[in-house]
Amino acid sequence: MTPMIALLTLPLLAALATIALPRRARAAAAGIGAGATLLAAIWVAVVVWRTGPMDLMLGGWQPPVGIGLRADGLSVALGVMTALVMSAAVLAARFEHATTGPGPRIAFGIWPLILLLWAALNAVFVSRDLFNLYVGLELISLSAVALVAISGKAQAVAAGLRYLLFALTGSLLYLAGVVLTYSAHGMLDIDLLAARTPVPTDALALGLMTAGLLAKTALFPFHVWLPPAHAAAPAPASALLSALVPKASLLILVRLWFEAMPDMATAASLLTLGGLGALAVVWGGVLALVQARLKLIVAYSTVAQLGYVFLAFPLAGGAGAAQPWSAGAWTGAMFQILSHGLAKASMFLTAGIFIAAVGSDRLGDLRGLARALPMTGFAFALSAITLMGLPPSGGFTAKYLMMTSAFAADQRGWAAVLVGGGLLAAAYLYRPMAALFSADIPAAPRAVPRRWQAVPLWLAALAVGLGLMSAAPFDLLQIGRPDIAAEGL
Amino acid sequence: MSLSIFALTGAALVGIGIYGLLAQAHLLRRVIAFNLIGSGLFLFLGAAGSRGIGIDPIPQALIITGIVVALSASALAVTLVVALARATGRATLPDEETPR
Amino acid sequence: MTANLPVLILLSSLLPAIITFFIPQDGHALRNSLNLGGAVLKLGLIIWMLFAIADGTVYEASFALAPGLVILLRVDALALLFISLSGTLWFLTTIYAIAYFGGKPELSRFFGFFSLCVASTTGLALSGSLISFFIFFELLTLSTWPLVAHKQDKPSLAAARTYLAYALPGSATLLVAIIWLESSTGPVLFTEPPDLSELDPVSLRAIFCLFIIGVGVKAAIVPLHGWLPSAMAAPAPVSSLLHAVAVVKAGAFGVVRVIYDVYGAENMASLGLSMPLAGIASVTILWGSVRALQQGEIKKRLAYSTVSQVSYIVLGAALASPLAMIGGLVHLIHQGLMKITLFFCAGIFDERAGVKRIDGLNGLGARMPWTSVCFSLGALGMIGLPPLAGFVSKFYLGLGALEAGAPWVLAVLAASTLLNAAYFLPLLYRLWILPAAADASGDERAPGLVVPTVITAAATIGVGLLAASPISPLGWARLIVTQGYGP
Repeated sequence: MTPMIALLTLPLLAALATIALPRRARAAAAGIGAGATLLAAIWVAVVVWRTGPMDLMLGGWQPPVGIGLRADGLSVALGVMTALVMSAAVLAARFEHATTGPGPRIAFGIWPLILLLWAALNAVFVSRDLFNLYVGLELISLSAVALVAISGKAQAVAAGLRYLLFALTGSLLYLAGVVLTYSAHGMLDIDLLAARTPVPTDALALGLMTAGLLAKTALFPFHVWLPPAHAAAPAPASALLSALVPKASLLILVRLWFEAMPDMATAASLLTLGGLGALAVVWGGVLALVQARLKLIVAYSTVAQLGYVFLAFPLAGGAGAAQPWSAGAWTGAMFQILSHGLAKASMFLTAGIFIAAVGSDRLGDLRGLARALPMTGFAFALSAITLMGLPPSGGFTAKYLMMTSAFAADQRGWAAVLVGGGLLAAAYLYRPMAALFSADIPAAPRAVPRRWQAVPLWLAALAVGLGLMSAAPFDLLQIGRPDIAAEGL
Repeated sequence: MSLSIFALTGAALVGIGIYGLLAQAHLLRRVIAFNLIGSGLFLFLGAAGSRGIGIDPIPQALIITGIVVALSASALAVTLVVALARATGRATLPDEETPR
Repeated sequence: MTANLPVLILLSSLLPAIITFFIPQDGHALRNSLNLGGAVLKLGLIIWMLFAIADGTVYEASFALAPGLVILLRVDALALLFISLSGTLWFLTTIYAIAYFGGKPELSRFFGFFSLCVASTTGLALSGSLISFFIFFELLTLSTWPLVAHKQDKPSLAAARTYLAYALPGSATLLVAIIWLESSTGPVLFTEPPDLSELDPVSLRAIFCLFIIGVGVKAAIVPLHGWLPSAMAAPAPVSSLLHAVAVVKAGAFGVVRVIYDVYGAENMASLGLSMPLAGIASVTILWGSVRALQQGEIKKRLAYSTVSQVSYIVLGAALASPLAMIGGLVHLIHQGLMKITLFFCAGIFDERAGVKRIDGLNGLGARMPWTSVCFSLGALGMIGLPPLAGFVSKFYLGLGALEAGAPWVLAVLAASTLLNAAYFLPLLYRLWILPAAADASGDERAPGLVVPTVITAAATIGVGLLAASPISPLGWARLIVTQGYGP
């Protein structure tokens, strides 16, 4: 119980400290807060690993009156991934500020916003109450929008506002679904809802909530806000926005469909979700292929990579001879969430380093940079391997698990999406790679300290390690996994 | 009787809000439209909460929380609108999809 | 020890690879001793294993990833054949590469990926299951890309892009084939042939095609061979490695594994897949030779010759009669020895005499006798002159074709031999008979380049002369076929 409270309150306390402390102590406070929260996340994970899911009833009130929190395998896996990405972003932001000297607005605002975002993410990961999840989502959106607009440039403010409009629309749709659910059942706890007596309005409620969450997850065709927003933010903030923020709404979607209302799934709805995911993979990939700026390529790649996760909805439950335990697609999708988080954060942080070195992220300006910044180039290549889903990375584990389910469930069309998406990723990531590794000598790039370069390298190595050491995270994800993930929707 | 008035008013507010969201390009109007939709939903929730026997306190707690959230969202939105207006002289979104 | 030995063999090239990345450019002594040390250690371990396996010890190590994803390293006779080849040639190529690059830039990157490439080949050879084969197959793709692109000039980068454009879809196809098959048979281990009865013949044929396409890209089977000639832009040690040991061989090795250890020769024949595959291999053999004839650049000609020669292995595997199998397997070794000799020589001609094109070879024989003799031995071996290595392979392939009831293969072999002669003999004629150009230069004052070349050239005679001995590649191939795959 204590570790969970620590996980939720430490980032909030640190956020307050970064506002209240004198200017010189702020970055240090953020660093200490990040370290402490990272430890708390690992602590929760260890406890869950040893003793199973951990429950916490706020104020001792039981649902439906009170709000229940639960840390299961999926929550803690996301919690640890988030903690790693957050810590890396905090480190990268410190190094970036030391090198480039940001304006006073960024230097002041970025710490509390990052930490607030972290607290809200942790809250969403463990919350079991639909309204509490709404509040968590809103907090995430608000801090994320502020991070997008933090530079104060007109373009960034416009991107932030566009993001805010989508986010608010999504929140209101979700809220409408929550209101309908409450008026029909008088309860909002996920476990209680699983045992409810279904009523006709459930379909509408689930549909509204799903639509809202899709807008927040930037699933095709609701993705238009994501690339400009992610590209406009400072690099460490982009890393968080791309790697973590969409995962919160995605997690709620998974919890809704697999835990709260699995009975509402119909063949048509699953096909729609999977089909939108497939379209996202293709469309995001194609758009990433034509971008001229590294950050936009990486941002469109997020649209594509999130699409894979949606294939788990139609694929869940396919059991074959290679995979008799059958929660393959679900676990694979969760692996995709984790490995994409690590790899995408690493990629945005490398983009930040390139921008610090040459002042631009246009592909033409990045030519030959791998020679001056070999560690960063290597980090980019490693995370690219994960995003392409090549072995031995975490992305490969995800793809393998989902593809096995696709063949076992006799739904081979989805396997084609997985294969094609991987090749498309190879194509759009090849362009920045080729630019970085070309023989041109860049015009005197600014020196970037090695410890800053090491940050994305560590994240990329973790993404690959997730595949090399996939047995442990695999088992962790099975703790408290909904049975329906194995049976299929 | 009075309950369905609340529910209907809520629905009407949501409708007006959606219209405003779709029809108005001015960002301040859109922010107001969001607030209308939110208020409509809360009204609906309140109405739903007082069905049945006695009064269910939970919706009231939810509504109060929701109002706080909506207020902070509006504050952020208005700040951004002002910042955009200062930077570009207009309070509407530029229409290009992606900055190149 | 039985579990650790395969892992140690893998680590003997993986660890040097990882450490090498962090060595600064001017740390020549450390880098060279690390790489040579790894190569020597690996050779030693392989020799030790050769003796131990004769006593009947089984070496196996497994490492579980997610369920269904198990990396299984297992030493069987076929693995040992391939790993001996790669171990020996890696050692020689390392010496050659150190001499070839001297003080050129980005050496740590080069040798890091070079060792990584060998580590992947080793893992691939030792893989005991389909999925671990795939993982190393893909690692091989990734680790060879920086080697092909090493010079970072336009042709190299274009070649590297072409390579990926072929290799990535190829391995994606392979993955689909593996998962499709395993979804009904369960994880496929090479020790126990999978139960194919769950799948209908149409699916089985489709999966087989996917398999062959997947590994065929690396084996450069026509029409999937386009990347190989353009990869000639890479430095000579890379070409040697690519053609003789790593990439192309990995593809051919994959064909052998799929046919013998996944489908089984009998199943392949009863599904009616044997002759079509033999046909494709024959087309590749002839097409590669014809294209080789048209090339004016030495390395390009050698590259098309590889396209042609590697399909001998595929042909032997596809015919699936015991003698043909022996011929194919032994060609895995023999082609490696001959081709690496030829590429070493091409590298020396380029490096020491500045000769890239065939017309530059005129009269070089007198100036660079060692290299020219080695080149001639490799070329004559390729043509199949007895008692050189290539003769042994072709002889067994021919016998095997008769045994399999496919006498038309003899015509293919004969035509290919004529074509081989047609594209190699003019080179020898230029080397030895034609007078040198007035401004020709060239010397052999580079023992690091010449000595490995002489060793591999001597080996091409040795394996031919000693073919009857049980420890020769032929003896080993016979053992594999009679023990493992004999009817």
